[in-house]
Amino acid sequence: MPKDTGIGASPLRREDVRFLKGAGEYTDDIKTYGETVAVFARSTVANGIIKSIDTSVAEGMPGVLAVFTGADFVEVGGNPAGWLINSRDGEPMKEPKRPVLAHGKVRHVGDAYAAVIAETDRQARDAAEAIEIDIEELPAIIDVKEALKGDNFVHDEIGTNQCFDWGWIEDNRAATDEAIKNAHHVTTLELVNNRLIPNAMEPRCSMASYKASGDEYVLHTTSQNPHLTRLLISAFVMGIPENKLTVIAPDVGGGFGSKIYHYGEEALVLAAAKRVGRPVKWTSDRTEAFLTDAHGRDHVTKIELATDAEGNFQAFRTETYANVGAYLSNFATATPTFLHGTLMAGNYTVPLVYVNVKAVFTNTAPVDAYRGAGRPEASYSLERVIDKCARELGMDPIALRRKNFIKPEQYPFASAAGLEYDSGNYDALMDKMEEVADVKGFAARRAQSEANGMLRGFGVNAYVEACGIAPSNLVGVLGSRVGLYDAATVRVNATGNLSVMVGAHSHGQGHETVFPQVVAEMLGIDAASIDIVHGDTSKIPFGMGTYGSRSLAVCGSAVVRATEKIINKAKKIAAHMLEAAEGDIELKDGQFSVAGTDKSVSFGEVALKAYIPHDFPLEDIEPGLEETAFYDPANFTFPSGAYCCEVEVDPDTGKVRVDRFAAVDDFGNVINPMVVTGQVHGGLGQGIGQALLEAARYNSDGQLESASYMDYAMPRADDLPFYTVDHSQGTPCTHNPLGVKGCGEAGAIGSPPTIVNAVIDALQSSGKNVTHIDMPLTPHRVWSAMKNA
Amino acid sequence: MYAFDIERPTTVADAVEALKADEAQPLGGGQTLIPTLKARLAAPSKLVSLGNVKEMQGISIDGDTLRIGGATIHATVATEARSRYPGLARLASKIGDPAVRNRGTIGGSIANNDPAACYPAAALASGATIITNTRQVAADDFFLGMFETALDEGEIVTAVSFPIPEASNYQKFVQPASRFPLVGVFVAKFADGVRVAVTGASEGGVFRWTEAEQALSGTFAPDALDGLNVSEDGMINDLHGDGEYRAHLIKIMTGRAVKAAS
Repeated sequence: MPKDTGIGASPLRREDVRFLKGAGEYTDDIKTYGETVAVFARSTVANGIIKSIDTSVAEGMPGVLAVFTGADFVEVGGNPAGWLINSRDGEPMKEPKRPVLAHGKVRHVGDAYAAVIAETDRQARDAAEAIEIDIEELPAIIDVKEALKGDNFVHDEIGTNQCFDWGWIEDNRAATDEAIKNAHHVTTLELVNNRLIPNAMEPRCSMASYKASGDEYVLHTTSQNPHLTRLLISAFVMGIPENKLTVIAPDVGGGFGSKIYHYGEEALVLAAAKRVGRPVKWTSDRTEAFLTDAHGRDHVTKIELATDAEGNFQAFRTETYANVGAYLSNFATATPTFLHGTLMAGNYTVPLVYVNVKAVFTNTAPVDAYRGAGRPEASYSLERVIDKCARELGMDPIALRRKNFIKPEQYPFASAAGLEYDSGNYDALMDKMEEVADVKGFAARRAQSEANGMLRGFGVNAYVEACGIAPSNLVGVLGSRVGLYDAATVRVNATGNLSVMVGAHSHGQGHETVFPQVVAEMLGIDAASIDIVHGDTSKIPFGMGTYGSRSLAVCGSAVVRATEKIINKAKKIAAHMLEAAEGDIELKDGQFSVAGTDKSVSFGEVALKAYIPHDFPLEDIEPGLEETAFYDPANFTFPSGAYCCEVEVDPDTGKVRVDRFAAVDDFGNVINPMVVTGQVHGGLGQGIGQALLEAARYNSDGQLESASYMDYAMPRADDLPFYTVDHSQGTPCTHNPLGVKGCGEAGAIGSPPTIVNAVIDALQSSGKNVTHIDMPLTPHRVWSAMKNA
Repeated sequence: MYAFDIERPTTVADAVEALKADEAQPLGGGQTLIPTLKARLAAPSKLVSLGNVKEMQGISIDGDTLRIGGATIHATVATEARSRYPGLARLASKIGDPAVRNRGTIGGSIANNDPAACYPAAALASGATIITNTRQVAADDFFLGMFETALDEGEIVTAVSFPIPEASNYQKFVQPASRFPLVGVFVAKFADGVRVAVTGASEGGVFRWTEAEQALSGTFAPDALDGLNVSEDGMINDLHGDGEYRAHLIKIMTGRAVKAAS
């Protein structure tokens, strides 16, 4: 029987009322008295030496208040990478400075070299166009393999375009090589994980104000993690003391990773607000978003799978070139390494894994974590090569996977890629998937498609991912320069309602609905009396933000811990009120009662007493009812899933239509099934977009050819099928109090290989020996593959 | 966007007069021009909106001819042409999305002659006549190349007159991002022969596939296309398809249009 309230219920999302009515308040909606406008002058070439910049005309134009160039920021720090990666030879990665504004050199199309502050947007744009820059254009460095040859460098001071050459697990390298050399069968696949542009609905926007009286700054900005942004600005970039800087991320219209990071525009508006003495706002236009938001993916990989005669996996070996773009974005070095290489054992008992990743600077926009961040790349490589292997061995792709699955009794399981999976049951997921997807009916559906002149293919995938990042002590060992805990404060007001201040920022996830369900369940009170406060460093204790499917597993656990503290203190107060021993007080349905009696006080009465402590034993109980908890998890959480889909391919045009898609996921315990289903739908949309439609394409001159919606294909509703989603097979996480696993990225991780496997199956069914097509599987690419087969 | 003046004349004569100003530019539905202005890629001194010119609005029937005013939006054509010229109405109903169809105009589309616009294919396949403030031009003489037409400076498309075929169909294979046609083929069957016009594919803009016209004028069936091939010379090569693919799609889409129209 589904519940109406609390954990396991699916109340409608309360935040949707304002979103759907257009009543959300985004950064650009916030109008401040005296506000001015910042516009950036951006490079139109990919690589060049700045010979001179002349701002004199711009400075004299109407309405212009200030003009900044890179020279204004040479004294300030750079925007750092959050993870230190060491190369195989022990050398630390190369970390060229990422300046607020380009100085000396421009390194990608869209690289900002100057900014104008003016009274109006038009005045600022006119002045930005009047800035004269003389650039000596250099050949663009675009291809990751070519970039490692020759002496044309994105950053001359490091003398190479290689950021690092990382091996994981280096100690397994020789044994893996040996296993592959001696294997009965080796399947090899070379593939590209296509570069994506996040395309959040709301473009980035930052507004700074400065109060001279207290030397204080306030930054409103489109951020997934305002505290981390404050920390980066304070400790690395601007040196503004943390207690003099408030960062507020109000409603934010989607991020998908791209708004995790601190960007130079935030530093610029802060500096400008102080110089002009008025608030300064910058709002990205859509072209700037395409050119300068951190992109995602962009790996070139060769993967090999060694098996014995029965199809038992013996080793995976990969070599990957990861494009990090022109500058290191904050998580850029973690994404292709510890969020990718550590997942390269997949759902399998394979004993040996060796992953080599070369990160490469190019004259393209920075690349960083994007929904899934490294794990889609891992899953895609694994599940594509396994599918190819099944075909080569003449085995059923589901049977081959099952043969190599970790079995339920093997948990906790130490994977060959260095992680300890706490729970899972991959066979149960596959069983459920075969049931809900009616896999048995595929043959009949294929016959029907063929009668209509279409090719039908079936594709399957099994994934496991590591999210809910993560234990600080583990990520510290792996190179993280920050801790990855989270925090919550539960404030019970005198009149009995609650404000819960959380470090996780909600920009579409549904925290405002889901977190109250947890607190309401624990206290036995109405969730409507609980409000979530997030996104403001002056209001919440601390937070590491929202990414890596961590909100509920990490911040939700902090909420649980803080609420437990509230219950403990409330019991003390109730014991005092009821003149009973604290150990005899029980909390049920919002009532504190003395065990074995009919004496009780309500939660509301206790709250009121906490703030009107007329007869309190003050030596035992402080007034007030407010508690804070920081939570640092013991491990990642490990969601897993079995996905399948059926596609129809038009043999005359190469067009692919996704007809059916089933996603069966293990998210552990589920707090709000409707919200989880929504997260899966969104992830599937992005994954299918990657598989069939989306591609950021630079030409050899470094121009982004897909810099608008005319050429960058976003998935639309009619590109997507109706999904069958199931999360009934959850195995609870063993180490967090709610038993939950992250669900935000799963769909984007599991769906791309599912789609590609299905298309290859469709083409194979027509006798075409097509073994691989690189994403996106556009009609042109599919048709060409068929023609050339 | 740069600053500009705007005028909203109510007669063709006033519009023509207003367009004599230096750097003045006519504004139809603005579906191409407004994004161009927003990107600061054009800086007209003055926009002359044609949306209030009454004589350029609406659809009328004159015997076997459908006359559509140049300022008529796609949504109007999609509904009001349905009974007399369903092939054209269906084309109009699939241009862009509802927002585009309720702003974009036939005159704007024809005058802009985007190589991937839908309407030029219908005009050329129908043997339409383009009516301007000064003259009447046959569609065969109007579309001169990518974004090029026979229009002179300051000349306005006031109406397009479509002979109504016995049967017609438009097949659009969409470019996945823009959903403009990667290849669009309009087939129109008249008593005296078949006309086939192709959009989206050629570097020269919309064109007639005359070999197919001859074959289909003999036998109006997809089989009639067997053995015909379109050369990939001069076809558009871009992110979404090369010339060989577009040439192939022309034949596929023509066959589908014939099948749907038969």
